[in-house]
Amino acid sequence: MHTFIWAVLPYVALTLLVAGTIWRYRYDKFGWTTRSSQVYESKLLNIASPAFHYGILFVLVGHVMGLFIPESWTNAVGLKEHGYHLLSLFGGTAAGVLAVAGIALLLYRRRTNTPVFRATTRNDKLMYAVLLAAIVMGMWAKLTNSSVSEGYNYRESIAPWARSLFTLRPDVDAMTGVPLTFQLHAVIGMTLIALVPFTRLIHMFSAPVQYLFRPYVVYRSRTPDTVATRKERRGWERVD
Amino acid sequence: MRVLAQIAMVMNLDKCIGCHTCSVTCKQTWTNRSGMEYVWFNNVETRPGQGYPRRYEDQDKWRGGWELNRRGALKLKSGGRFHALATIFSNPVLPEIKDYYEPWTYEYRNLTDAPLGEDYPVAEPRSLLTGKPMKIEWSSNWDDNLGGGAPGVDADPMVERARDQARDQARGTADRLSREIRATFEETFMFYLPRICEHCLNPACVAACPSGAMYKRAEDGIVLVDQDGCRGWRKCVTGCPYKKVYFNHRTGKAEKCTLCYPRLEVGLPTVCSETCVGRLRYLGVVLYDADKVTAAASTPSEQDLYEAQLGVFLDPSDPDVRRAAERDGVPHDWIEAARRSPVHALISTYRVALPLHPEYRTLPMVWYVPPLSPVVEALAGTGHDGEDAGNLFGAIDTLRIPLEYLAELFTAGDVGPVRAALERLAAMRSYMRSVNLGDPPDCSAVEAVGMTGPGVEDMYRLLAIAKYDERYVIPTAALADARRLEESAVPDGCSLDAAGGPGMGGPGMGGPGPFGDDSGTHNGLPLVTIENFHASRGRQTADTPEPGEEGR
Repeated sequence: MHTFIWAVLPYVALTLLVAGTIWRYRYDKFGWTTRSSQVYESKLLNIASPAFHYGILFVLVGHVMGLFIPESWTNAVGLKEHGYHLLSLFGGTAAGVLAVAGIALLLYRRRTNTPVFRATTRNDKLMYAVLLAAIVMGMWAKLTNSSVSEGYNYRESIAPWARSLFTLRPDVDAMTGVPLTFQLHAVIGMTLIALVPFTRLIHMFSAPVQYLFRPYVVYRSRTPDTVATRKERRGWERVD
Repeated sequence: MRVLAQIAMVMNLDKCIGCHTCSVTCKQTWTNRSGMEYVWFNNVETRPGQGYPRRYEDQDKWRGGWELNRRGALKLKSGGRFHALATIFSNPVLPEIKDYYEPWTYEYRNLTDAPLGEDYPVAEPRSLLTGKPMKIEWSSNWDDNLGGGAPGVDADPMVERARDQARDQARGTADRLSREIRATFEETFMFYLPRICEHCLNPACVAACPSGAMYKRAEDGIVLVDQDGCRGWRKCVTGCPYKKVYFNHRTGKAEKCTLCYPRLEVGLPTVCSETCVGRLRYLGVVLYDADKVTAAASTPSEQDLYEAQLGVFLDPSDPDVRRAAERDGVPHDWIEAARRSPVHALISTYRVALPLHPEYRTLPMVWYVPPLSPVVEALAGTGHDGEDAGNLFGAIDTLRIPLEYLAELFTAGDVGPVRAALERLAAMRSYMRSVNLGDPPDCSAVEAVGMTGPGVEDMYRLLAIAKYDERYVIPTAALADARRLEESAVPDGCSLDAAGGPGMGGPGMGGPGPFGDDSGTHNGLPLVTIENFHASRGRQTADTPEPGEEGR
């Protein structure tokens, strides 16, 4: 079981993420959108959505820092464990609180605004459950295992395991003895990663950074084989 | 000079009776789907009025179009590129559906299913957003024919601006002027403004799209949304100052007027033009210099933008322009169509058509002949001869307020071009009346507006009696592409010289095939079927399917 969770599940999640994204790009470009509900309700969204998104972006930066920058590197630049702990405790908590407040407001809006709630699919509900669980569990794990003076140093256990996944030699033993709350957070996190291509979360991969570099007005030409015709898409073949 | 062709439209507002046939047929063709209930690619507004969505012309609020920054360069009024990305999680100035109107249906089932009782069963309105009973309070043409009266007129952003300008000119008498303006509007002045996407030369929606999914077609200038590329960031809705890009709330993608490109490509006019009972729409090709677009849109004074845009258009009868157009790949029949273009004639030759809101700096390509009828009617109402040139010229100037209002719509407040256009129309009226009554035509009025007798008669013919194929001069994409399509069947290089073919080559191989010119098998070549205008129209309007189409 231990091996399954820490050596098989991560690869299943990553495979689903990559293959699912490729599949979605090939067969569901039309469904690849933010599915915004702003035209129904704008006031709450104008506060809640930026709060959540900026919060979760900082959380992401924190995860990348914590998991993929080895402790020896931060030590080398003079950031000792205690300093790093304080940074992750306060910085991480601030970002986490922003994200939690944002998603709480977003969920409140989604439930109480009738048009928004009617536009919510079962897929969305599943995604919200897993996303909320991952964020709450992460905050819980961090806060219950920390005090200002010291906290659980995941950079000696979880981080090496996470890095070992990418060398294809998963260091399963590193995860032994990790507090249960962290373990739960990691499992929910892997579930979330696997869900990304199959939910609206896919919009994270279309962050339009290229907008900064392209000319304002885009011209395109018709190509001869598309004059007023379009190939029928898979799944939409003519039936009559 | 880089010559591009654009299909543009002119609408003659004198002829619009506000019947909404264009809106209805457009709706049935393009937006009769769920998620698009509130969307009208074509709508008809009564002016003065708030428009659709409400007060969309108030760009201090909606931030549409372009403005000049301190260095005099163009920048989107909604903010620069970094600002756009920083606010991508929630668009701060997106109109909600309720700014358009909340779509509804009726509980028709109640009419047949209601139990027997004292009361007559009614079909209650139900919101299509919430499914709950709702009170209908607004729609796309709620203030039709000035319905709602003065409050609606007062809420028109252009009325506010005309009033502000009048106030600036005569301080102290502002209250009297304000009352006068209102009275003038209510008593004498009303017209209809049909609106579609402007297919601008400098489209702000395209510039605002972070995904690069919106584009302007190089061949005909039609602005479209790539539905597979749109990611639903909603920046285009804000970017368009005319609010003619809409958010489909079911699919989460932007949609807009397509200028009925599938029809144009086979030589048919747009649905709104085809079905217009007043025959007030004109479609045709305009050639323009793409290199001048940015400079024209950055003209410092808003009131010079109309002239600047005229300077971007090219004269298709000029041999230099024709040569340049050939060089830049504009097909020959498109250049010919540009010569016969009614749109070019009304905009550049007769100068009676004006752009809608040039101050947005998007260089719009749906232009309007301003309405003279309200002036004529006001004149006739006072017992004068409404078609006498002397009377009309005087009235155009005396009815200052309508003139100033029209100027707010069409020339950023400069009454000069509006007055000139109306005077040309007035001169045409009085000249043609003389002709019809058999009187010797009085050429002085015509010459006073810079035209000649034959010129006026040509303009009269175009405005009054032009037939279908004079109003819609549309070169077909199929014909223009025919040569290219044939060439694509036998490409420049060897047809097998593509990646994966036996040649495995690419650019550079070229030349004849392995066993001489045009040798080898031609697997997978595109089939060339060239359908002409009449064949396609016959097929599209036939009551019975073609023999070969049955059983498909």
